[in-house]
Amino acid sequence: MMGRLLSRIPALLRAALVVVGIYLAATAIFSGLLGQPIPASLMTMYMFFVIVGVFMAFTFTEEGARAMAAPIRALVENPALRPVRNIVFLLVPLAAGAFTYTKMLPSLEAPVELRTIHPAPPSTFKAYGKRYDLLTLENPFRKYEKEDPERFRALVAEGGKIYIRNCQFCHGDKLNGRGPFAPALNPVPLNFQDVGTIAQLQESYLFWRIATGGPGLPEEAAPWISSMPVWQNFLKEDEIWKVILFLYDYTGHRPRAWEK
Amino acid sequence: MNGPRRSRTARGGLRAGLLLLSALMALLLALPALSGALGLANPALAGEASSAASEVVGNASAATATPAPGAPKTTLADYPRIRGVNSRVLVWLVAQLHLWFAAFVLAVPIFVFIIEAIGMKTRDKRYDEMAYEFIKVSITAYSLTAILGGLLLFSLLVFYPQLTAYLTRVFKESMFYYALLFFIESAALYLYYYGWHWLQGPFAKWVHLTIGLVLNAAGTTLMFLANAWVTFMMSPAGVDSAGAYLGDPWAAIHNYLWNPINLHRFIANIAYGGSIVGAYAAFRFLTATRAEDKAHYDWMGYTANFIAIAALLPLPFAGYYLAAEIYAYSQQMGITLMGGIFAWLFIIQAVLIGTLFLSANYYLWCGMGRSEGAARYNRFIKYIVIVLVGAFLVWFTPHTLVLTNEELKALGGPYHTYLGPLGIMPAKNTAVNIMILFTALSFLIYRRANRVPTVSWAARGNAIQVALYGAGILNIFFLGIYHGYFTNTVYKVASSIPQVMTTLIVIAASLVIDAFIYRRAREIAPLRWGRIPDRAQYALFLLAIAFTWLMGLMGYIRSGIRQHWHVVGIMRDNSADAITPTLGFAANVVSAGTILFMALVIFVFWLSELGARKVQPAGYWQE
Repeated sequence: MMGRLLSRIPALLRAALVVVGIYLAATAIFSGLLGQPIPASLMTMYMFFVIVGVFMAFTFTEEGARAMAAPIRALVENPALRPVRNIVFLLVPLAAGAFTYTKMLPSLEAPVELRTIHPAPPSTFKAYGKRYDLLTLENPFRKYEKEDPERFRALVAEGGKIYIRNCQFCHGDKLNGRGPFAPALNPVPLNFQDVGTIAQLQESYLFWRIATGGPGLPEEAAPWISSMPVWQNFLKEDEIWKVILFLYDYTGHRPRAWEK
Repeated sequence: MNGPRRSRTARGGLRAGLLLLSALMALLLALPALSGALGLANPALAGEASSAASEVVGNASAATATPAPGAPKTTLADYPRIRGVNSRVLVWLVAQLHLWFAAFVLAVPIFVFIIEAIGMKTRDKRYDEMAYEFIKVSITAYSLTAILGGLLLFSLLVFYPQLTAYLTRVFKESMFYYALLFFIESAALYLYYYGWHWLQGPFAKWVHLTIGLVLNAAGTTLMFLANAWVTFMMSPAGVDSAGAYLGDPWAAIHNYLWNPINLHRFIANIAYGGSIVGAYAAFRFLTATRAEDKAHYDWMGYTANFIAIAALLPLPFAGYYLAAEIYAYSQQMGITLMGGIFAWLFIIQAVLIGTLFLSANYYLWCGMGRSEGAARYNRFIKYIVIVLVGAFLVWFTPHTLVLTNEELKALGGPYHTYLGPLGIMPAKNTAVNIMILFTALSFLIYRRANRVPTVSWAARGNAIQVALYGAGILNIFFLGIYHGYFTNTVYKVASSIPQVMTTLIVIAASLVIDAFIYRRAREIAPLRWGRIPDRAQYALFLLAIAFTWLMGLMGYIRSGIRQHWHVVGIMRDNSADAITPTLGFAANVVSAGTILFMALVIFVFWLSELGARKVQPAGYWQE
């Protein structure tokens, strides 16, 4: 019944309905149900390839391609459709013009930027008056995880205390980047719970980022607007390593490593 | 009278050809010995040289010993400028154009060799004719490759003399053999092409095929040598920390990233060659007026697309291996590559790779119209489209989003809670494996279009194939989700291997089962070559353009991750261009290169059919 009803709808209209249906469903699910809207830049890419997919599905046979093109052919070739054609030929350039106008219109909105989330680390860096080699640098307390679990737990707890005293204001008490200061910051503080942040990085990388903060970021992709403090000025070397233990322990992520 | 003389001439020619071939083979076989004599491949000698060099470096103060010179420390004055010429962009474009043509002319002989062998095995002359037409296209491109190679060398000598001198110092042996191999490759190619119709017959055909083998061996070795120079600039070896050459050529060649690049380029070249020849077939199909020509070029386009897809399927794995090795070699390069500034270009890369899969599949589905028997399978295509597009959307979803301030506030951070996890590699690996599996499924359906099985166990065989696909997909999802998100990074990276193996096993097993099910199958409607819509030919063009653009983009990234180094950590780039250009600028240069290359390719296509055109200039010549 439904199939017969659908087959009566012209192919072009059916294709358009599929595209609109997908768009509306995605918007309803992500914006309405989940409360996390799909950003416009991503939605544009998604919808472009949805349209490509629908076009492919409707035109891979000769009959399908003919059925898709039929209304367009009729519009251009059928003399009886002249008034409709004139309206369409007027509306299409007008719509294109309106779209271009709204896109080019200056606004008070800050321009979007392609932010580099993981700046490439240098091979060596200076902190606490000495030079560290990032290729060989390891967390000196990590070994206790196996060798002395009790001591390891104590170190993690110490790291937690240091975190709460110093870091949670921005990165949040749940390590999700939503601390009380976070709404005032742009870029917002990193969410350590996310699978794409500390779970992707080695502990040495975290040590470099924490110790040298925003001013220690490399020239690549400058200018940086990070408000991350230079923690070597406020914390001891050991304290940073303990905080790193806590970050991984609390989130359940494992630091990136090449070997077990 | 004429017959025996021609036969004697042919025999004489054959002897001459064999002599030349023997000489070439002897030269090729003698290479290791020659290189051994020069200390290139002899570990003992190389070791001696190495220790001697170290000793020289170690005793730099000794009056008798001259220290091995390190890498040059350049200043701005060491980079000559010519008014109105941007040296970096010029070298960039010329190198890229050379590489595009080189990839094409190295790849075509590989599958020409295989198609010729299939023709010999099946004794189907159509294969032989098609192989000849493939090589005909590449021969015009060959001279363009050489011209661009020369232009690249001169550009490097003029604009980057210190770097060129340093690389020459390190790679003098391999550069010498490169030139020698180029001579062998050229000789083999001309003999292979011009001797095609001459070397026909039971024995002569084997001789011809052997020349093809020599051609491919020389071409592939050439590429491996050039790869060594490029990868040395990324992961230098065989030199000390100051860049002084330690005297072991093999150590410099066999640097950390050499084999990953070799593998990646070898497979990619075949896919690329297939796509360019496919574009040629599409061009000829669209311009053909006779039905038999349309049928011929349709078949040629199908074969080329098959080659491109067959090589495209393992390509993401080779790419992943290369990226993982870059990361393993240097965390800095690895993060710059995929997490840092070049990450945004990887989004474009993902879009282009998805485009390759979509256009290759679309071509196959359109091709099902060649047989009326395919109508049975049309209803399945929309489900394949849904899966392919769904996987494609996951494949290009970025981890860090481009957000307006309003969106940033609405999301509460730069990451999307539900789409963010799709931005990291486990999701990408899962998506690409699914895309590959369903592309193989499109091919399986295409194969069945015009036939019905006659074996009694066909239904059971079919069920096994469905079960294989089902189990494979489940396993890929399990590996991607469990190991990708619930274990640590070691397993996350390692799980990509069983995912790949699952995909390959499912495809191989399904193909084997299919081959048995459809043995002695009944043809229900013939395949009518030439009965394919024009829009399918545009899908072939899209395949070639997307490949070209992709190679340009990824080539730039591979080179760009060196940042301000000519040779990473050894020789700093102190030219005025020692900056990473903006992404927009880089994309524009790559796009301009793509347009230039496609224009040259159209010129090559036009040239290849020019030979067949004849005009009768009435009244011009004395009668």
